[in-house]
Amino acid sequence: MANYKLKVNNKNFEVDVDSDTPLLWVLRDNLGLIGTKYSCGISQCGACTVHLNDEAVRSCGLPVSSIGDAKITTIEGLSDNGDHPVQEAWKEVDVAQCGYCQAGQIMTAAAMLKKNPSPSEEEVIDGMNANLCRCGTYHRIKEAVLLASAKIK
Amino acid sequence: MNKGLKSNRRDFLKIAATTGGGLLIGFNWSACDSPKMKVISDQEIYDRAVNFNSFLSISPSNHVVIFSPNPELGQNIKTSFPMIVAEELDVDWANVRVQQAFLDTEKYDRQVTGGSGAMPHSWQRLRQAGATARQMLMEAAAKRLNVPITELKTDKGNVIHGSKKLNYGELANEAAALTVPEEVKLKEVKDFKIIGTAVKNVENDAMFTGQPLYGLDVYRDGMLHAMIQRAPFGMKLKSVDADEAKKVNGVKDVVTFKDNVAVVGTGTWPLMKARKLLKIAYEPIDKALESTAFHNSKFDEMLNSGAAEVKRKDGDVNAAFKNAARIIKSEYQCPFLSHSPMEPMNFFANVKEDSVELIGPTQTPDRARNAAAEICGIAPEKVSVELTRLGGGFGRRLRADFVEEAVELSKMLKAPVKLTWTREDDITGGAYRPAVKYRFEAALNSKDELVGYKLTGVGMNSGNSTRENNFPAGAIENLEIKSMAFDSPITTNAWRAPITNFLAFAEQSFLDEVAEAMGKDPVAFRLELLDKAKANPVGEIHYDIDRMRGVINTAVEKSGWGKKQGVSQGFSVYFSHRSYVAQVAEARIVDGKAILDKIYAITDCGIVINPTGADQQVRGGMLDGMGHAMFANLTFTDGIADQKNFDTYRLIRMKEIPEIETHFIDNGIDPTGLGEPALPPTGGAVANAIYKASGQRLRNQPFSNEEGMKNLNLGNPA
Ligand code: FES
Ligand code: FES
Repeated sequence: MANYKLKVNNKNFEVDVDSDTPLLWVLRDNLGLIGTKYSCGISQCGACTVHLNDEAVRSCGLPVSSIGDAKITTIEGLSDNGDHPVQEAWKEVDVAQCGYCQAGQIMTAAAMLKKNPSPSEEEVIDGMNANLCRCGTYHRIKEAVLLASAKIK
Repeated sequence: MNKGLKSNRRDFLKIAATTGGGLLIGFNWSACDSPKMKVISDQEIYDRAVNFNSFLSISPSNHVVIFSPNPELGQNIKTSFPMIVAEELDVDWANVRVQQAFLDTEKYDRQVTGGSGAMPHSWQRLRQAGATARQMLMEAAAKRLNVPITELKTDKGNVIHGSKKLNYGELANEAAALTVPEEVKLKEVKDFKIIGTAVKNVENDAMFTGQPLYGLDVYRDGMLHAMIQRAPFGMKLKSVDADEAKKVNGVKDVVTFKDNVAVVGTGTWPLMKARKLLKIAYEPIDKALESTAFHNSKFDEMLNSGAAEVKRKDGDVNAAFKNAARIIKSEYQCPFLSHSPMEPMNFFANVKEDSVELIGPTQTPDRARNAAAEICGIAPEKVSVELTRLGGGFGRRLRADFVEEAVELSKMLKAPVKLTWTREDDITGGAYRPAVKYRFEAALNSKDELVGYKLTGVGMNSGNSTRENNFPAGAIENLEIKSMAFDSPITTNAWRAPITNFLAFAEQSFLDEVAEAMGKDPVAFRLELLDKAKANPVGEIHYDIDRMRGVINTAVEKSGWGKKQGVSQGFSVYFSHRSYVAQVAEARIVDGKAILDKIYAITDCGIVINPTGADQQVRGGMLDGMGHAMFANLTFTDGIADQKNFDTYRLIRMKEIPEIETHFIDNGIDPTGLGEPALPPTGGAVANAIYKASGQRLRNQPFSNEEGMKNLNLGNPA
C-alpha cells in the first residue's frame, strides 16, 4: 500500500492503495465517484473513460501509480450543472437506452471535441468507434456528437 | 367512446386523511380495481416517496408523483408508463415526477421486465388510474364551484369552468374525501396530448451527470465486496488453496459454498487480484465435459434420429413429400450467446436476524425475494427488494442466480455484501441463448406450388426451439413442426426474443430459398401465402393476417422494393411478442466486401406511446439482431467458454452499423411491447440482402465465420 495524491474534478484527494490499483477502482471504491463505469476491465469498451489532462483515457487500465500530478476529470466534474455542450446534446437527442455506457461515451466525445471542435461524420465515427454500447444507441450518439459540435461553434 | 373498466372489488378502496393535505391515488394493477386513496403532505410525498408503492400522488403544490413498478433496463418504461397515467389525468408533463417503486406484490401483479409484456398488460390499468383521479378532482371542483360536473373540463392539471381555473393541488384534499367512482370515462385516442409525443427519458439528467442509478453504484457502510470463482460446466469443486489470495491487501477472507469459491474484501481491485492467485482443483461430475465439436455432432445425431417431438401437424406431410416434384432442404445453425449487458451481474444483500434487504438490478424482483426467503428460511414478506436501474438485461437478469449468491454470502459472513461479477464471469458464467440447429424442408409439386413444409429444431437446453403456430403455419396444407432438446450442463436462459432471435432468421432465409426455387419474388411469395391463410386457413392461426400484410405493404412502399438500381435488397417479416415488423435491408459488394447500407423497419405495435422511445427500441433490437448474427460466437472447450471478454466476444461497433429508417403503422390499436419484436427479422433481412449482392447464402451464425464471408469481410474494425 502506498499513499497517492490525486487531483480529481479540481479537488485534492489522498488515497492509500496498492500501486497497481486502476484509477477506475480508486474513483469508485475510494472516492465515491461512481459515475465512471466498469464493464470490461481490459480497455475494450470505454465505459470507464475519464479525462487525464483533457485526454480521454480508459481508467480501468491506468494504475494509480502512473498518474502523478495529472489532472483527472470524471463525468461528475465535466460541468458544474450538467450543462456541458455534450451533455446538453445528449439530452436533446435523448441518446440513452439503459444509459450504462453513456458516461464513457460523453467523456470520449467531450475530449474529441476539445481537440477537434468541428469533426466530420467520418471523424465522429472514428473517434467513437472504440466505445461499445450494448443497447445499440450508436445512431443517436453520432447525431449528438455532431449537435454538440454545432453548439460549441 | 372508450369505456373505463368497472371496479369489482370495492373493499380494496381506502381513504385516509392526514395533516398537510395532498391526494394520493393508488391503483391496484392486478385486478383493474378502483384505486386506493391516501392523503399525505407534499413533504411526505417527496421525503417518503419510496415508501408508497403503487400510488399516483398529487401534492398541494400541484406536483404529480407517479410510481413506476416495472424494472427499467433501457426499454424506457419508466418514461412511457407514467406518460399514460399523466395522459388520462390530464396534467402538464413538466409537473410530473417519476419514482421507481420497490417490489410490492400486493400492489402490483406483474413487476417483471421480460417478454415485451408490460405494455399490453398495463395499458388499461394505467389509463384507469389516471382517469379515476381526474374524475374525482372534477367532482371536487363541481362541489366547490357549485356547478354541474358536465360544465367542467380539465387541462394541464387544472379543472376549468368558464374563466375559473382550479389547479389539481388545491382540489386534492376535497377530492380525497369523495367516494371513488366505479366507472370512469377514458379519453379517445384522438384527444391524446402526451401519448404520441416524443417525451425524453426521465433519467437523462441523472444518467448524463453520473448519478448513482445502477446496482454496481450501491455502497453501504460496513459493506463487504465479494467475487466468486464458479466451477466450469459439468465440474465440481475438489479443493482450494487460498493462501496466496488471502495475502492480498484488502482481502478479508476466502470462503466456499456449493461449488463456488468466494473472495471477500474491502474493495473490488483486491478481489480481482486475489482471484488470480487462487489454486482451485475441479473434478467432472459424471458425464464427459462438453466442447463445441460435441455439440455439433449431437445436433446431427438428433436431427437424424427422427426422435423429435411433433409440435404441430397439418394434412399429410409424408404424402406431400413422397409425391413432390422437387424438395428443397436446408440447415441453419447458431451458437450459444452471452447476454453481456454493459453492467455485469451484481447484487447487494444484507441478511439480518429475521429480514433481508436486497438492492440491485433484476428483471424479476419477485423471484429474487423468494430465492432469498428460501435461503434464509424466512417469509417472503420479510425480504425487501429495492430496484435499481438496470445497465441492460436482455433476459439475463430474469434469473436470480446472482441474487442467491449475494444472499448466501451475506448470510455466511453476517455482513452486508455487494457481489460483483467481472465481465469474464458474465461471459463464461452461463445462462446463455441456447445453440440451436434447424432443418427445413419444402415440397413443391409439378406446378411449382408449395405443398409441404417440415421444420425440425434441435437445441442445447433449448426447450421447444420452434414456434409451431407462427407463420407460415396456417398457409400450407401439409406441415409438420418438430422439436428436440439435449440436456447439457451448459446453462441457458431466455435471451432477448427467446428462440425467435434465431428461428426468424432461419425461417425468413429459407422462405427466400423457396421463393427463389419457385422463381418468385420473395415479397410476392409471402403475400401469396398470407392470401392462402386468409382464404383457406389450415389449422390454428395465431397471427393477424391483415396486420402482417400491413407491415409488408408499407415496407414495399417505403423501401422502393424491387425498384432500386445498384443495391441488393433483402426482405424479412416477423410476428413476435404481439407486434409485427417487416424489414428491407440493402447491401452492396465493394472490393469484395459486403457493405450494408441501410435497413428499413416497419413496425405495427399499435398505438405508439412515445415515438422517441419506440424508435430507440426498434434500432436497439435491430442492431442487437444484426450484430450478433454477424459477429458473436461462444464456443466451448471442456465445459469452459473460449471467449471471455469483449476482445474475443465481438459486439457490433459504430463503424459497422447501417443507416436505419423506422416507420410505425398508425392504427389506434391498443399498444403492444417493443423491447423484442424488431430483433427477430433483422438477421434474415441482412442475410437475404447479402445473398442477393454476393450469391452467398448465409446459413450459420455468426456470418463472419462463414467460408466465403472471410473474404467478403463484413467490416472488422481497423
Ligand atoms: S471498463 Fe475500461 S474499457 Fe471497459
Ligand atoms: S445505452 Fe445501454 S449500453 Fe449504451
